[in-house]
Amino acid sequence: MSAPHETPHATPRATTEGTVYTVTGGDWDEVVQSAAKADDERIVVNMGPQHPSTHGVLRLILEIEGETVTEARCGIGYLHTGIEKNLEFRNWTQGTTFVTRMDYLTSFFNETAYCLGVEKLLGIEDDIPDRATLLRVLLMELNRLSSHLVCIATGGMELGATTIMIYGFRDRELILDAYELITGLRMNHAFIRPGGLAQDLPPGAVDHLRELVKTLRKNLPEYDKLATGNPIFKARMQDVGYLDLAGCMALGATGPILRSAGLPHDLRRSDPYCGYETFEFDVPTADSCDSYGRFLIRLEEMRQSLRIVEQCLDRLEPGPVMVADKKIAWPAQLALGPDGLGNSLDHIKNIMGTSMEALIHHFKLVTEGFRVPPGQAYAAVESPKGELAAHVVSDGGTRPYRVHFRDPSFTNLQAMAAMCEGGQVADVIVAVASIDPVMGGVDR
Amino acid sequence: MTDEQRSGNNVPSPRDDTGEVIGVRKGMFGANNGGDTSGYGGLVRTVTMPGASARPYGGPGGVFDEIADELEGALEEQGLVPGNAIVKTVVDRGELTFHIAREHLVQVARTLRDDPALRFELCTGVSGVHFPGDQGRELHAVYHLRSLTHGRLIRLEVTAPDADPHVPSLVAVYPTNDWHERETYDFFGLIFEGHPALTRIMMPDDWQGFPQRKDYPLGGIAVEYKGAQIPAPDQRRSYS
Repeated sequence: MSAPHETPHATPRATTEGTVYTVTGGDWDEVVQSAAKADDERIVVNMGPQHPSTHGVLRLILEIEGETVTEARCGIGYLHTGIEKNLEFRNWTQGTTFVTRMDYLTSFFNETAYCLGVEKLLGIEDDIPDRATLLRVLLMELNRLSSHLVCIATGGMELGATTIMIYGFRDRELILDAYELITGLRMNHAFIRPGGLAQDLPPGAVDHLRELVKTLRKNLPEYDKLATGNPIFKARMQDVGYLDLAGCMALGATGPILRSAGLPHDLRRSDPYCGYETFEFDVPTADSCDSYGRFLIRLEEMRQSLRIVEQCLDRLEPGPVMVADKKIAWPAQLALGPDGLGNSLDHIKNIMGTSMEALIHHFKLVTEGFRVPPGQAYAAVESPKGELAAHVVSDGGTRPYRVHFRDPSFTNLQAMAAMCEGGQVADVIVAVASIDPVMGGVDR
Repeated sequence: MTDEQRSGNNVPSPRDDTGEVIGVRKGMFGANNGGDTSGYGGLVRTVTMPGASARPYGGPGGVFDEIADELEGALEEQGLVPGNAIVKTVVDRGELTFHIAREHLVQVARTLRDDPALRFELCTGVSGVHFPGDQGRELHAVYHLRSLTHGRLIRLEVTAPDADPHVPSLVAVYPTNDWHERETYDFFGLIFEGHPALTRIMMPDDWQGFPQRKDYPLGGIAVEYKGAQIPAPDQRRSYS
């Protein structure tokens, strides 16, 4: 900073503490005058951070002239919880409990990206059991459905279409029931762990999932009937939130936004992970570059996800769900007891009664954790919102040295200004809804 | 696992240096305030990140060599000595990393984006890493670039000392880095030279300090649970 000097609005005065400058508001008069001269239609509106149509605590700062938005900016950070910093003070396995809470609508994607990164650092990608990988894919695709359903439901509600909202949350509820059956929790599962999964499917889960796929197949066409051809819906969505391919590439937008500009870029196809190259599914695109195109893509992706879920169910074979290496695998198996889910009594009997070594091993792995060789890795997955990636750095310790999440909502939200400026205030809502930002992921 | 076994498993190609020392680890079991009766108290191990690789770099179908050749050739065409811009090339765990001298970062990124044989159109942002033990290179900025045309992924790494935390901004080349650079500035204090509006993005505007630096404490308070005091997470025993 340069040393202070005298200006017409800052006059110096010597005191015992040194020179004090008194800054007076002479220039404020000019500001007020020019504001008075300007068009009195021009106002700045703060939308949010507490506003029902901004998807959580997103603050939009809109400069509007009449009904037209001349400038739009985002204020974010209201949901910053320091997850990346916190990860550095927990062991590698505990990390999943944090990352699952980032973008809370795509928990399984966060967990998978993180675990793929850790497994890459450990060099055990090829040792992950097939069953664990298949179940990861299955959970991720169900998660894609539930995330898109929330997007369509809340997006509809923001347009005033409450029926879509009710339908969307009704179907999401069915998927959350399936999560609850498999992981014990409706959200924030921490189910995917470095090396595999926390536990295997419970009895009856496959039948439940097949029934769920059938129900969803029946319910999905209702969104088409309600919205796809609906003239009011189309009038609100078409040509709103326009972002073409060049804009997407420059702003780093991925996911449905990029595909609505016509580029069939999907990491499941272009940089496959978890064996996606062996599944049959289509990558839908649109060429309208607008909110309506993104809506159609999300609808079609839900159908494709159901196809992948079915293929997973067909391929499931009994087997382990955790890597065989006892230096990494979590030692305890979970079991359902009278007081809820906990360590299995057989395991406790073994470590407390019969095997001293098993007890030591359990204690070391649970309190200290495993060590990860020094280095860095980047693992990316195609989340419902776009490229979700974890940059994981290890210094050879039992805790992550640094974990950075490239959250697609964070990057895509930058496109808000490009989509909204020059449009109507009411269209801002539609454009933001079509980005589908989740502040938990944006702010982390 | 011994160090020899470990390097035998994980190193895809021979290295000609042993890597950057980022720290020294002493003792074991986190008993660093005396009273270590485990017999491991005198253990001293240096922590090194994977070092520079020698050719061939490998990769699927030798693609890493192809990328390195194209990049070095393109830089030479622009009258730049590749060895000056690319400090070292690291191949580790199937990923290719170019360590770039910070003064050449923008030119290298522009070349990577525009050269038809390279065409890394998509930057997935910047991630900061703070290595207080890496003398003179404490702050690292890590960029991941994806080529949709060729289906490739590479990493660029730039370092800056704590005393002069400046790195050129890539916003002019990849506008998507706008918020990412603001985030890295906010958390690490890395100043991206040439960024259009480098302000805090997550933390409040008047926040003091840079929270993701290693010398910035996590904070927290002890919690009483069933009569015992459980210390704050950063006060608990760490085993590394």
